[in-house]
Amino acid sequence: MLPAGDKSGAGGMNKIVKKRVLIPDRVSEMTIEAPLIASKAKPGNFAVLRLTEKGERIPLTIADADPELGHILIVYLVMGKTTAFLDTLGEGDSILDLCGPLGRPTRIKKQGTVVCVGGGTGIAAMHHIAKGNFKAGNKVVSVIGARSKDLLLFKPELEKISHSVLVSTDDGSLGHKGMVTEVLEKYLQNDPEVREVIGVGPVPMMRAVARVTEPFGVRTLVSLNSIMVDGMGMCGSCRVTVDGKNLFACVEGPEFEASKVDFDELMMRLNAFKAQEQISMELFKQRKQS
Amino acid sequence: MKKKGKSKVRPRTPMSMLDPKERAKMFSEVALGYNLKEAIAEARRCLQCKKPSCIKGCPVDVDCKSFIRMVAENDLHGAFTKIKETNSLPAICGRVCPQENQCEMVCKLCPTGHPIAIGRLERFVADNYYASTSCEEETGSGVCIPIDENLKVAAIGSGPSSLTLAGFLAARGVKVSVFEALHAPGGVLVYGIPEFRLPKSVVQREIESLKNLQVDFLCNYVGGMTVSIDDLFHQGYKAVFIGVGAGLPKFMNLPGENLIGIYSANEYLTRVNLMHGYRFPEYDTPVPPGKNVVVIGGGNVAMDAARTALRLGAGNVKVVYRRTKGEMPARLEELEHALEEGVELEILCTPVSFHGDEQGVLQKVVMQRMELLEADESGRKKPVPLEGDFFELEADLVIMAVGTGSNMVLTQTTPELKLNKRGYILADAQSGETSMDMVFAGGDIVTGAATVVEAMGAGRRAAKEILRRLKA
Ligand SMILES: Cc1cc2nc3c(=O)[nH]c(=O)nc-3n(C[C@H](O)[C@H](O)[C@H](O)COP(=O)(O)OP(=O)(O)OC[C@H]3O[C@@H](n4cnc5c(N)ncnc54)[C@H](O)[C@@H]3O)c2cc1C
Ligand SMILES: Cc1cc2nc3c(=O)[nH]c(=O)nc-3n(C[C@H](O)[C@H](O)[C@H](O)COP(=O)(O)OP(=O)(O)OC[C@H]3O[C@@H](n4cnc5c(N)ncnc54)[C@H](O)[C@@H]3O)c2cc1C
Ligand code: SF4
Ligand code: SF4
Ligand code: FES
Repeated sequence: MLPAGDKSGAGGMNKIVKKRVLIPDRVSEMTIEAPLIASKAKPGNFAVLRLTEKGERIPLTIADADPELGHILIVYLVMGKTTAFLDTLGEGDSILDLCGPLGRPTRIKKQGTVVCVGGGTGIAAMHHIAKGNFKAGNKVVSVIGARSKDLLLFKPELEKISHSVLVSTDDGSLGHKGMVTEVLEKYLQNDPEVREVIGVGPVPMMRAVARVTEPFGVRTLVSLNSIMVDGMGMCGSCRVTVDGKNLFACVEGPEFEASKVDFDELMMRLNAFKAQEQISMELFKQRKQS
Repeated sequence: MKKKGKSKVRPRTPMSMLDPKERAKMFSEVALGYNLKEAIAEARRCLQCKKPSCIKGCPVDVDCKSFIRMVAENDLHGAFTKIKETNSLPAICGRVCPQENQCEMVCKLCPTGHPIAIGRLERFVADNYYASTSCEEETGSGVCIPIDENLKVAAIGSGPSSLTLAGFLAARGVKVSVFEALHAPGGVLVYGIPEFRLPKSVVQREIESLKNLQVDFLCNYVGGMTVSIDDLFHQGYKAVFIGVGAGLPKFMNLPGENLIGIYSANEYLTRVNLMHGYRFPEYDTPVPPGKNVVVIGGGNVAMDAARTALRLGAGNVKVVYRRTKGEMPARLEELEHALEEGVELEILCTPVSFHGDEQGVLQKVVMQRMELLEADESGRKKPVPLEGDFFELEADLVIMAVGTGSNMVLTQTTPELKLNKRGYILADAQSGETSMDMVFAGGDIVTGAATVVEAMGAGRRAAKEILRRLKA
């Protein structure tokens, strides 16, 4: 039931019920009480958060949802002002505004083998998609990569829902030494039964995923992370070029067919506010110190 | 204003404005409004016609004649109550209604060139007699009907159509909850129309008065995603009104349109208004800086974007429009304000491509000259490009104000709702009823981008119909 007069936060107070540091000062996960969002969230959905009255709206993927407990999980990488501020919050604190679920969910159907590729913080977002595929009865192969073993997220969680978890690290501290896409390529060479590949991670990784799967002709999706304001189709900030068409990632995505995405443009547009982002971050650091 | 024909009519009482040079640097409201003396003088010009035509020109049936008479008699309480009988947002309408095409256009004095300044008077009354709305003021009847918690109606979206519906129903004892996807209610009044034309405190006041009538505002609720229409009926709502607007910005699909420095007017204005980006870095949301600004389009939205860019420190701002000044859809008053403040016009031209540096940062726009052909069947002169006639405009910020389409989040996720070819909801023109039982719609999501008061009219008609059904 809806709490009458609740100003912000769909159906709850958006309380942070648990915080777990995954990589100190870099990546953490938060379990947030948000019953309505939890009851609706599907793999591939994201939420938009605003932390203070003067804050920015930022999108974060819903990495997991528990409709029974009314909880959602977010995993964030500290990038700039907003995520750094988020990282100062802990158990018992609340998120001022939390809006979701947003975006089109991943189209999941029972179809056989699905390879889920995750890089860096993208592994968290990929986790929900892998879980959805597992529940749908697909054979899930998770391919994950990070710079080193300590930076690798969600491996134990993925092991529970994957047929196998293949790992790569840049420094060779765990699994294959090199890039995730090399592991992906090798896997595709050995398993002709793969029906679909889904890649979530940094733009260069997603571009590489697109390149690797192309010769195999296997359907490949990537989840784009363009800059968003409203997250519901009203600003056009998130526009991306896919198959020559101008599409809004928040309402027509965030997942698109990898081979059709203009990754160069996406990379370029992510830098649109670099100068201002640096100003914000500097001010935030100064204030934190004083 | 020019006088047509000879007449002894006293001219309209002028309204004071901030000086253009001063105001171009700040976000304070430009039009200062009448004082009591000016208002009474203006109201006394009204002929109190036997058959007043002014009322027919108003989409929400404001009884202009009566409220103007009360102003002339210095009965502001009476005037306010009279207006509030049919218009729940007078302070807003008095500011942003295109009165020259509505009530004032059909005023008996219009042919003299000096129609009664109905909008200015309405604004004056609302600003000067503002008490937080009670049932009495909302209904004019003086009878307060207690809210029946079981008689629940949901409105999705919180623009003027939903606000009007909420006011009408709440004053008649219905419990209304307004579900808004953004973190603040108000719709375009808050995220689109800038502070210098419609101070946000004015909108806030209207929303507060609805809260006094026990209207609930539930922000961060996305209709169709957080909560579906079916969910609402399951939760005991007896009727649902959809007023989600037409906020999807259009682009022109030109080469280079996604370069850094090209924004939709919606994004630009949202960053500035809703997110308070003009106070960056105190507020976190950045606004793209611009020295040489080109705004594409010729409507109110283009004017708002251009005047905003000027206030944020642009060196020069050009509005480019493919027809001529006479055909611009912007209100004349807005265009004149913009020109006074220093906005330049570049007419009979259209952009064909955008060019940037290696980092993808916009540098210039290539424009093509246009000419107008004689009017076709539609009655509008058609602009056609002049072969080979190109020129360049240096630009680091381009704002696209070339129209909007229907918001699709709710309609996409509610397949039972019948839409027209352009994606707008099909709704009965009188009752607002849609293809779904007890689901009504109104405002821009039905008509396409229109006006505040037309959205309010739709909200009011739907509210009446919903009330009739609930009581039946
Ligand atoms: C659909 C979607 C899902 C995402 N999911 C996650 C996630 O699960 N975990 C995670 O750590 N990150 C996720 N991101 C990225 C996350 O939104 C940005 O890292 C965050 O906005 C950075 O904000 P900031 O203030 O901390 O940093 P800033 O200093 O503002 O920006 C750092 C960089 O983040 C990007 N960015 C900035 N503002 C935005 C914005 N409003 N929207 C999107 N990107 C922006 C830009 O590339 C920028 O250069 C997702 C992005 C999208 C679009
Ligand atoms: C810059 C600008 C200037 C304008 N100037 C004028 C003017 O001077 N005079 C005039 O008369 N008109 C003007 N207009 C037009 C006028 O503002 C609109 O016609 C009017 O606001 C439409 O009202 P509406 O009730 O349909 O909804 P809107 O005001 O469009 O509001 C719709 C609301 O619904 C919300 N919403 C969308 N989808 C969902 C969902 N799925 N769930 C929940 N909420 C949702 C949106 O966030 C928004 O808050 C202007 C418009 C713009 C953009
Ligand atoms: S609401 Fe608008 S159209 Fe109606 S009388 Fe007032 S100013 Fe005129
Ligand atoms: S038509 Fe004009 S003059 Fe006549 S009553 Fe209305 S406002 Fe007054
Ligand atoms: S974020 Fe505004 S349209 Fe997608």
